[in-house]
Amino acid sequence: MKTPFLRSPYAGLLLLALVLALMPFLVRNDFHYDLLTKICLTATVAVGLNLLVGYAGQVSLGHAAFYAGGAYASAILTSQYQITPLPAMLIAAAGVGVIAWLVGRPILHLKGHYLSMATLGLGVIAAIVLNNEDQLTGGPDGIGLPPLSLLGHELSVFGEYPFAGLTLTGVELWYLLAAAVLLLAVLLALNIIDSPLGRALRALHGSEIAAQVAGVDTARFKLRVFVISAVYASVAGSLYGHYSGFITPGIASFEHSIELITIVVLGGMASTFGVIIGAVILVLIPQFLTDFQELEMVVFGAILMAVMIFLPRGLLPTLLSRFQRGAR
Amino acid sequence: MLSEFFQFTFSGVTLGAIYALVALGFTLIYNASHVINFAQGEFLMIGGMGTVVLLEAGAPLPLAMLGALLLAGVAGVVLYKLAIAPAKKANVVTLIIITIGASIFLRGLAQFFWGKQYHALPRFSATESISVGGATLLTQSLWVLGIAVVLVVALALFFNRSRLGKAILATSMNKDAARLAGIKTQTILTLAFGISALLGAVAGVIVAPITFTAYDVGIMLGLKGFVAAAIGGLGSSTGAIVGGLLLGLSEAYTAGYISSDYKDAVPFVIILAILFFLPNGLFGSRAVERV
Amino acid sequence: MKRIVKHFSSAALLCLCAFTGAAQAADTIRIGSFLSVTGPAAFLGDPELKTLELYIEQLNDNGGLLGKKVELVHYDDAGDASKARTFVTRLLRQDKVDLIIGGSTTGATMAAVPVIEQAKIPFISLAGAETISTPVKKWVFKMPQSDRQAARRVLTDMKERGFSKIGLISGTGGFGASGRNVTLEEANKMGIDVVADETYNPKDTDVTAQLTRIRNTDGVQAVLNFDFGQGPAIVTKNYKQLGIELPFYQSHGVASDSFLKLAGDSAEGLRLPATALLVANTIADSDPQHDVVTHYKKAYEERYQGSVSTFGGYAYDGLQLAVRAVKKAGSTDPAKVRDALESIQGYVGVTGTYNLSAQDHMGLSYDSFRILEVKDGHWALAQ
Repeated sequence: MKTPFLRSPYAGLLLLALVLALMPFLVRNDFHYDLLTKICLTATVAVGLNLLVGYAGQVSLGHAAFYAGGAYASAILTSQYQITPLPAMLIAAAGVGVIAWLVGRPILHLKGHYLSMATLGLGVIAAIVLNNEDQLTGGPDGIGLPPLSLLGHELSVFGEYPFAGLTLTGVELWYLLAAAVLLLAVLLALNIIDSPLGRALRALHGSEIAAQVAGVDTARFKLRVFVISAVYASVAGSLYGHYSGFITPGIASFEHSIELITIVVLGGMASTFGVIIGAVILVLIPQFLTDFQELEMVVFGAILMAVMIFLPRGLLPTLLSRFQRGAR
Repeated sequence: MLSEFFQFTFSGVTLGAIYALVALGFTLIYNASHVINFAQGEFLMIGGMGTVVLLEAGAPLPLAMLGALLLAGVAGVVLYKLAIAPAKKANVVTLIIITIGASIFLRGLAQFFWGKQYHALPRFSATESISVGGATLLTQSLWVLGIAVVLVVALALFFNRSRLGKAILATSMNKDAARLAGIKTQTILTLAFGISALLGAVAGVIVAPITFTAYDVGIMLGLKGFVAAAIGGLGSSTGAIVGGLLLGLSEAYTAGYISSDYKDAVPFVIILAILFFLPNGLFGSRAVERV
Repeated sequence: MKRIVKHFSSAALLCLCAFTGAAQAADTIRIGSFLSVTGPAAFLGDPELKTLELYIEQLNDNGGLLGKKVELVHYDDAGDASKARTFVTRLLRQDKVDLIIGGSTTGATMAAVPVIEQAKIPFISLAGAETISTPVKKWVFKMPQSDRQAARRVLTDMKERGFSKIGLISGTGGFGASGRNVTLEEANKMGIDVVADETYNPKDTDVTAQLTRIRNTDGVQAVLNFDFGQGPAIVTKNYKQLGIELPFYQSHGVASDSFLKLAGDSAEGLRLPATALLVANTIADSDPQHDVVTHYKKAYEERYQGSVSTFGGYAYDGLQLAVRAVKKAGSTDPAKVRDALESIQGYVGVTGTYNLSAQDHMGLSYDSFRILEVKDGHWALAQ
């Protein structure tokens, strides 16, 4: 705690890398890898969304639309236009970024609940379009995606890959890929937070008017971070699509948007590592609650309320401050 | 042609009145506490499902309704006392998550204790529908409209004439000043949640004969109510009613004249368009951000 | 910092260890299941799970299967396809089940198929859409008739009554949308014109606008509503409210007594394709399905105090076929069970008579649907 390095968020990045690297020694079967991969991809979306919600203080209740946008664009480009997955993913991300820029310009002028309403509306419209345009999207029953391929090498969840003397299964490779993506996402996020953009955002969160008076072009910064968070979601969505091999409009639903924002708030707004813990919890909770069967919703609702009431700043920030107080 | 127009209008006004009642509940709580209560839809569910359950237990209809309303009112008060009041320092998003947690919790309880089946409530009048200008109108729609009007007038009187109503308004405008003026703001807030829950439950009971009721009806109706409230400008009762009617009519006319495929998208397109030109909704007051 | 590291890693360990139990005992047969017991498709998953629980209990009371106890491992996917995929992975990779019966919705089934095909474990789906079994997937079987067969059955009845121009109204959910597509295709093949084509959201509370459009379309002779859930009950009520006199059809998606309870007297006279289960009380003794439907209805209703639905019937047939296949294979070896399933001929079930083969993993013909009509508030075979 004394040296500046340990204090910096990059120490957290190292710790995260360590934890991710240790995971393969703890898992027992493919199902665990499946959960870990899901956690990494979900956490990637949350890290991006946190830039918008946690740092810039702008609520989005429609972020699942960008996630679904990436996944569906990948699905359509690969299956109907025969574009290979990697370029398709990049085109999808660029497309989602442009859309976010276009819709972000008008709606980011809105404040508070009106912004929530507008983002919610956009999310719902996206879900309806995906549901209705069944020629393109497969409609409510969903659409399949081919396995991911990187530079001509196919990465199927079900394949086996000899590598430097040992054989890795597709599931293991997918986890490594998802973990790498998460690390990259965190690294990028930490850089953004440390940049002039990040400082402007924090000023904005404190008081937008004060930031404006101080000469910060708030509209531009908000728009930029909105686009960045949308691209995060799009990339994670594309990857999830290739990973699972099949997607339905459910991933664009209002419920999914709520899940994403819940991860951010639960883990701790403006805490990059907090939201990762949020993702861990939200992905694992349904697996733990299977024993409750019919009471699953009651328990989940109660947990949500309790955490938010007793740890209003989110899990990690609250716990960290308690540890620090305890250490003193 | 004209009969067609009437038919779409009846359908739209009925839907609109339902949305307006939900929106009023949002408005009430928003006014008093600046919380957007995502559990508002669950009060409708408690109203409808509570009545069904009590009916099945053998209670006569009026008593079953009364019991359900009471239950909802209690749920509203408990929601405030246990979930909203303890989270004093929470910010906007945290409060949203708390109310979402509450709605999942209530829905889960209803599913566990009352089951997952859809139920129909008997209509209030013996005749099912009447014919007006070549179009048919459900008598239950008249009940919905009538009760909606009565509730709106009663609420307006309450806020403008009664001391209690004025105290709620004062609390919403400036909590600290209100407290200094001797208003017990905690009691006022509790009351606002209770009344809002009652309002929602009334809506839930009177629409159940038309829309059916089940443990999960609150999701959709709650969302539409939020949209209606936002169209009108959060915090304005007139706005909530106009927003609700606008929403209902636009859905019915879109389904009738344009395409039923995209009718659900229309309310959201409308709200985006409105917010684009009027960032505070139709009747919302301009928000002033304090520095 | 150190303390946090310690806490974090121990928490992570704890999380993972919680999932590592369930060592497989050799003396049990494990049937895995993922159903939509909650959420918007609960009316499918709920009776399906109840049926599985009831009959697996009965199976164990009668000495189990191959002398082993049968254990049901079930997860609720709440109608969410990505949840379904995760739970199927859990069933296959962790619980190591011998076979899977499940998938209440088409979306959940299709999301699970790639994982199951790879794991090479027999899977009996309880969802309806044609894509599940066409083209044939090696390890995937399905119990319900396809929606295309339902559409063909309804359209045949319409044709027999001399209707050639019809109106269609369907929900925008998976069941309704797929039903709409196959109805349009089949109508085209059979020379029937769909002159009005409307949709609604499954959660809608009023569809009078859409029905008014259908009523005002020139030449409509009959109307078909293709959807499941409570939506069709709203459509039926609105249909009556508008005083539309045209013959009205529903799909097999609402073939249950709870639909009649919801729609009330508005349902009088409507027709739909359904399995023999709904008319179990009045079915002829000579009917091959007589015994099986009356037994199932009696057992289910005694146990759960609620009325049976077609959907529970799919689970019944799925379980019975699985039991037959395991017996026939003489083991739970997945490949042998799969081959045995594929060779089952003439199994008379609640849904119909199944004749499975390498080309047909569903095994029912379209006339296993009977056309029912609502008479005096009850289902009756249409004359």
